Amino acid sequence: MKNQLKQVFHSPRFVIGFVIFVFMLGMAVLYPLLVPGDPLEMVASSSYPPGTYISLADTLESKQYGLDLDITATRLNKLISQEDKDAMVLWLTKYRGIAEEDIPVEDSVEMVHFWNEHYDPEVEQKGLTNAKRQYYRRLASRMATILETKDIIIATKNPETGALEESNTISFNTYTNVKDIASRRNFVLGTDNFGRDVLKELTHAVGTSLKMGLLAGVIATLIGLTLGLLSGYLGGLVDDIIMFVTNLFTVIPSFVLIILISFSVSQSARGVMLVGVIIGLTSWTWTTRSVRSQVISLRNRDHVNLSKLSGHSLPRIIVQDILPYIASYVVMALILQISSAILAEAQLSMLGLGPSTTKVATLGLMMNWAMTAQAPLAGRWWAFLPIILSIALITFSLNLMNTGLDQVFNPQLRD
Amino acid sequence: MTLLKGYKKYYLQKIGWYLITLVVAVFLNFMLPRLMPGNPVDAIAQGSISPGMDATAVKKVLDDYSARFGLDQPLYVQFFTFVKNALRGDFGISFSNYPREISDIIASSMGWTICLQLPAILVGWILGNLLGAVAAYMKGVFDKAILPAFLFIGNIPAFGMATVLLLIFAIYLKVAPVGGGYGYELIPNMSWEFFQSLFVHYQLPFWSIVLITIGGQAIGMRSMSIYELNADYVKYSRFLGIKDRKIVGYVFRNAMLPQVTGLALSLGTMIGGNIVAETIFNYPGIGSTMLSAISNRDYPLISASTLMITIMVLIANLAVEIIYGLIDPRIKAAQQDS
Repeated sequence: MKNQLKQVFHSPRFVIGFVIFVFMLGMAVLYPLLVPGDPLEMVASSSYPPGTYISLADTLESKQYGLDLDITATRLNKLISQEDKDAMVLWLTKYRGIAEEDIPVEDSVEMVHFWNEHYDPEVEQKGLTNAKRQYYRRLASRMATILETKDIIIATKNPETGALEESNTISFNTYTNVKDIASRRNFVLGTDNFGRDVLKELTHAVGTSLKMGLLAGVIATLIGLTLGLLSGYLGGLVDDIIMFVTNLFTVIPSFVLIILISFSVSQSARGVMLVGVIIGLTSWTWTTRSVRSQVISLRNRDHVNLSKLSGHSLPRIIVQDILPYIASYVVMALILQISSAILAEAQLSMLGLGPSTTKVATLGLMMNWAMTAQAPLAGRWWAFLPIILSIALITFSLNLMNTGLDQVFNPQLRD
Repeated sequence: MTLLKGYKKYYLQKIGWYLITLVVAVFLNFMLPRLMPGNPVDAIAQGSISPGMDATAVKKVLDDYSARFGLDQPLYVQFFTFVKNALRGDFGISFSNYPREISDIIASSMGWTICLQLPAILVGWILGNLLGAVAAYMKGVFDKAILPAFLFIGNIPAFGMATVLLLIFAIYLKVAPVGGGYGYELIPNMSWEFFQSLFVHYQLPFWSIVLITIGGQAIGMRSMSIYELNADYVKYSRFLGIKDRKIVGYVFRNAMLPQVTGLALSLGTMIGGNIVAETIFNYPGIGSTMLSAISNRDYPLISASTLMITIMVLIANLAVEIIYGLIDPRIKAAQQDS
């Protein structure tokens, strides 16, 4: 046993898979401990991109630092969108007859100067809708002042007179240290469309999905192991019947069975663990097949025959003389079952048949929420890419561990 | 002549077995929803029952629905009606697309799904086998970099791959449409413009399936090829002075055989996953149909969809087994003996 474990940990595939898996598991276990709180708490009012969010009011009161940096170019790049630029180029070429290569599109500062110089609302603008004309007028007034870096005055309302009183001025070279600001929150993966912290939700979902996968895997493995043992060891009619049923369920797609059962279970009862049970009940065929073929090859070995001659009971023979030899196969099958169960749950949830709950998140449910909120079309990658990556990493690590084990226990496969 | 007779027996056996499977599948399709606690009618009729209704009115609605679906009759009568109607291709009328016939909806969406999945799985399978064979024979960068990369890609779920491709090519690069089977402004016809639109909309769903299929097939082919390359007959052939190219041909032919069986065994899972991926692109196949049926609780449409998917998988499996019978020399030999 110890020797085998040592061998297993010498297989590079197993080790890589194991490391990735432990990382995912560790994230699911440790992150909630480090950052406590309800993982499904809605903190934001909408879906925000990843980043550190600091309170604007706090920045006004925090300590001020003067930095002498040239900020015009970087500021302008943020303030003038590509659409604005395209619109400006379009206007200038169309109504001013300026060649496109003469317009300094690359340099934002130059561009603003150029625009302010050439824009004239009085020019006849044929073919422009009124709304477009207004848009250009607004754009022009914005551009006229965008280069000015006058101090910004903070005023507070005097409660008695109602007059505004200057309380602070902020110049453009005033900075604040992010560390000085008390109210800030770092959303490493942004927030989803419910305003939940995606990273927190994700670690929670990875945990739930792993638990569900384990439940489904254990159920499938237990059924598969029992049927495989009976079929392989007893043979005869029992074998025929079990193999007939197994072959049937190998061809009838389990995906379809899962959909049918999930749809029929009343929605209120369909929790995460019930979905796990459903998946487990429909995916035992692989284990049955591989256990059966192993047991058939073991059935007539000397030590089993000796046990039989000694009058040992069937359960004892199975537990003592057969199970230890097929343990590695059972573990490998379990690993595969877990990974396919996690995938099955995700696919089921995508169709809207996943766990019907809003209290816990699974990887599939998170994906489903992101899809119903049209996250890909809005370009909100943080709402779904981390989920896809998590599913891929979990299944990849489990499959790697499986092939690693396979290489150790099936010497034929070694290169 | 005897060979043909032998094949006939082999195929009749296979077809017979699949017919039995089909009967069981139809039975499960019928039975599973009815085995569940709670009456399916309750779920269906929920839409017609308003909270303020009194008990007799609720009972009347439920009875009405029961009678309409024949649920007041004994189970076996219901089953035979179900089979009889299914054989005639009559699945009733859709709730959500009233008054469209379900058979009509299914027929059009099945066409889309088959035209997408059959070529995509085949191309993925062929490319995967090529990659596996090359990785086993040439080693180097194929074995150390390309194969592991595809192995990881193969672990991305089908819908995940679809979303990633959608994000890159349709949202950021804007070189592909965001979804649908053809341009929304077009009506299906035989024009060049329509086919062009079809082709453009086909790319992302097609490649997302191909990409995730390659890895799984390649790793199987690689280990089979390595196993065969080390087999005794290869060494013996080398001793005999047979050209390397010819040996490699034999090796890969032998390594291919388990790959064909492997394809048969994984078809169900693959097709299921790809059907879910369709919904990402709003591709007008059976996946999108099922998604809308589920969200509208269109029970007859779901039941018909699952049945058709099962039949599709069964036919695909049977086709693979028939092809397997043709190319496996051992089956040929066995048939000749008898």
